Amino acid sequence: MPKRDQAEPPSKMEVSRRGFLKGAGAVLSSGIVAGAEALEAANNETAKVIGPGKAPVTLKINGVNKALNIEPRLTLLDALRNELEITGAKRVCDRTTCGACTVIVNGKSVYSCSMLAIEAQGKDIQTVEGLSQSGKLHPLQQAFVDNDAQQCGYCTPGFVMACKAFLDKTPNPSIEQVRKGLGGNLCRCGTYVGITAAVLQTAKRKGGRANA
Amino acid sequence: MPKYEWPEKSKRAILGRRISKLDSPDKVSGRAMYSSDIKRPGQLYARFLRCPYAHAKVVSIDISAAEKMPGVKAVKICEKKGPGSEILWALDEVVGVVAVDEQTAEDALRKIVVKYEKLPHLVNERDLSKAGDHAKPAAEQVAGDPDKAFQEAEVVIEGEYGIPVITHCCLEPHGQIVEWEGDNLTVHPSTQNVSGLVGQFAQPLQIPASNVKIRMDHIGGGFGSKFAADSWGIESAHLSKQAGGKPVKTFLERDAELFVAGVRPSHFARIKVGAKKDGTLTAWEHQSWSTGGPGGGGMAPLPYVLNIPNSRKKHSAVATNTGPQRAWRAPNHPQACWLSFAAFDDMAAKLNMDSFDFYLKNLNLAGERADLYRRELQKAAELMEWKKKWHPRGDSTAGHLKKGVGLGFHTWGGRGHASEARLKIYPDGSVALDMGTQDLGTGTRTVLAMVAAETLGLPVDAIRINIGRAPDYPVSGPSGGSTTVGGVSAATRRAGQNALEELFAKVAPALAVEPSELEAVGGKIQVKGNPAKSLSWKQATAKLGVTPLVVAGKNVAAPSAADGKLTDQGVGGVQMADVTVDIETGIVKMNKFVAVQDCGLIINEKTAESQVFGAMIMGVCFSLFEERVMDDVTGRPLNANMEFYKLAGIGDIGDLVVHMWMDDPEQDARGVIGLGEPPANSPAAAIGNAIANAIGVRVPQAPFTPARILAALEKKGGLSS
Repeated sequence: MPKRDQAEPPSKMEVSRRGFLKGAGAVLSSGIVAGAEALEAANNETAKVIGPGKAPVTLKINGVNKALNIEPRLTLLDALRNELEITGAKRVCDRTTCGACTVIVNGKSVYSCSMLAIEAQGKDIQTVEGLSQSGKLHPLQQAFVDNDAQQCGYCTPGFVMACKAFLDKTPNPSIEQVRKGLGGNLCRCGTYVGITAAVLQTAKRKGGRANA
Repeated sequence: MPKYEWPEKSKRAILGRRISKLDSPDKVSGRAMYSSDIKRPGQLYARFLRCPYAHAKVVSIDISAAEKMPGVKAVKICEKKGPGSEILWALDEVVGVVAVDEQTAEDALRKIVVKYEKLPHLVNERDLSKAGDHAKPAAEQVAGDPDKAFQEAEVVIEGEYGIPVITHCCLEPHGQIVEWEGDNLTVHPSTQNVSGLVGQFAQPLQIPASNVKIRMDHIGGGFGSKFAADSWGIESAHLSKQAGGKPVKTFLERDAELFVAGVRPSHFARIKVGAKKDGTLTAWEHQSWSTGGPGGGGMAPLPYVLNIPNSRKKHSAVATNTGPQRAWRAPNHPQACWLSFAAFDDMAAKLNMDSFDFYLKNLNLAGERADLYRRELQKAAELMEWKKKWHPRGDSTAGHLKKGVGLGFHTWGGRGHASEARLKIYPDGSVALDMGTQDLGTGTRTVLAMVAAETLGLPVDAIRINIGRAPDYPVSGPSGGSTTVGGVSAATRRAGQNALEELFAKVAPALAVEPSELEAVGGKIQVKGNPAKSLSWKQATAKLGVTPLVVAGKNVAAPSAADGKLTDQGVGGVQMADVTVDIETGIVKMNKFVAVQDCGLIINEKTAESQVFGAMIMGVCFSLFEERVMDDVTGRPLNANMEFYKLAGIGDIGDLVVHMWMDDPEQDARGVIGLGEPPANSPAAAIGNAIANAIGVRVPQAPFTPARILAALEKKGGLSS
């Protein structure tokens, strides 16, 4: 995917994601922009053009509807962080590589840096903030703490959500499954040993890193 | 004067325990607020227009269209970047824009017109012969008689080895929020240097240091690259002023984060080693070169750890048109370790010796820690099952999967930095510790609480830790070079003992003893060894009346004997890797990776282990994946994103084993020694040598990518050999 902040790119061949959206307005039925689910929608309804100016959008986050007035080019991640001040999900690579922005949308882990906020309307969005109930850490979060699975912690909220979605789908994983299933998130400090142990501890299997 | 020494091992209630980090619950729940998470009232957003050329002269800049855009609040040509100025690396910032939101700021950048005159550039230093006058040779260093030693050497090997520039790739980019109130500046940075930033912002902005406030709770990675206010920090303060003092948030985009916010210098070397037939190393010679950007790159400490008596060393610093270097976890040591141990390993292979035996033979060259290395090597070999796994170079078993083992060992300093703690004991018994330090995720908060709790005889959760503010809290050094844990723990220990001395004086009359007869144990102030004669902590602190006890404790860079033996410097450490290489695809799989690491007295074994695991994983990254790639023609980075600037994932690291060296009592007696850097030094040596052991040929340059593995095999004669 092209870079998007260069005012004078050496080549004008590339069109940036947001530049494209801004120029064209956002067409919800465009498969290029919005992916397979939008294509599906296109079969059912006439294309609806939103933007390029600000438009009202409602997002259901951790079970609560939030009303926003945003440009359609805004990603779900930037809507969460800059508009709603829900900042657990982090902006790191901003292009679907590192997973620091991972949230769960309709039960699936999603890179929120690469989903438009308008695409997320009508969907069930779960962020790390919704995981602990009445101030008590979710067992997975507690396992992260117990196994020292975070250092600087900037990848941690994304990892926690990726692990949550992984465990929901694979409740009793082997270590090989953990290594494959969590390959979409990156950590720079090197906390993978703790994360692996935390996932296995949560899955109530043996193999958790000693915590005594 | 109180005795500051650490309590005897048998009497410790908290030191040495495995305690989960105090701030982990905030980090796993998304509650931890990094500076990049903060949104201040009325906050504006900054973006920078960056030069697309590696070397250019600015001819003209037109910002008028951007200034007129709705939502744009300030546009400013960066300091020393006006027409006529010279740009020395691609992506350097030229114009700053502040707007109501990020999108508008980005749109505004597209309205700015900068004309450049392109100038010749050099961005790659791999081939020293092409560097021309960009290469600056340093004076040759000679020790002993290398010519005679090489003449007399029974075996000589020569090789060329290298490791490229890599970048810090902090997940939280460099940046900050700045805001003015009159002439007072508040900065919310992402920094390893909370106390030090006060002056760094004040001086260029020409305001009194006392007008600057620094605020930071958490930092999303630094690794040596976040000590400075940075040009974009100062520019943001100017832009904020221009926008009426409103808060301005600036965090670098990923391409700038990767390519202008710090890199680790490369290091290449042609190395010649001489030895006797029995394996004794006798002679060393090298011509090395490196770059860390426009300033070139310094010489790594070669040969590493093993100080060969006869040597000749030549080095050239190569200036390139690339983003400048910054400290990177153990500056120059990972490079030195890989280059040296690759050459040593090639010598061992030529002698047909097991490299483990070869190193044992030469440990007398390792100086004062020779015996420690010997024992650490033996422990690592046991954990790795080295003797079972090692084979002469080249796995001779059939099939395309070849296994091998390799090793390296290292050293580092790690003495505590200057630091001051302020301990506050309130009459109601509550306790707070203030320090202008920072917690990089290493566990600094937790260590402070553990040391204070141990000293005062309280539980860890009885201590409130206040860090991350300057100048509100006492000055503490930057977190770099593994200097933090020694500095902050020693200062806290002294503050605790100083506080107890004052508290005992208040309490002693109530127990009808001399203050010197008291001790703080188990939540009580008691007569030494006599729990029956005691006051609870709360009863004791009530004797303070209405005035809290506020007591300082200091660590200085060179403590005297009276300061107590709390810290030390100088460590060893051994690492061994076990890999499988697929000689058809060139893919390296990490099977097992063992680290044995000493670091004196260990305050928290759990977080200490995490430091070593982290360094090993980072080491897998720079051994197998990480490399900054620059385009010779355009002078631009080719992998300014995380898709092509690769890090290891959770499935790439294999099984990691960490053994913290607490096997002899002398270690504990040394006191606290920093741990962040040393285990980052040996990974490329261990992994690179394991690959050579597996495939029977040296892969001379890191990272050991499939392309380089296949190229090395091809040179050797392909798959059949």
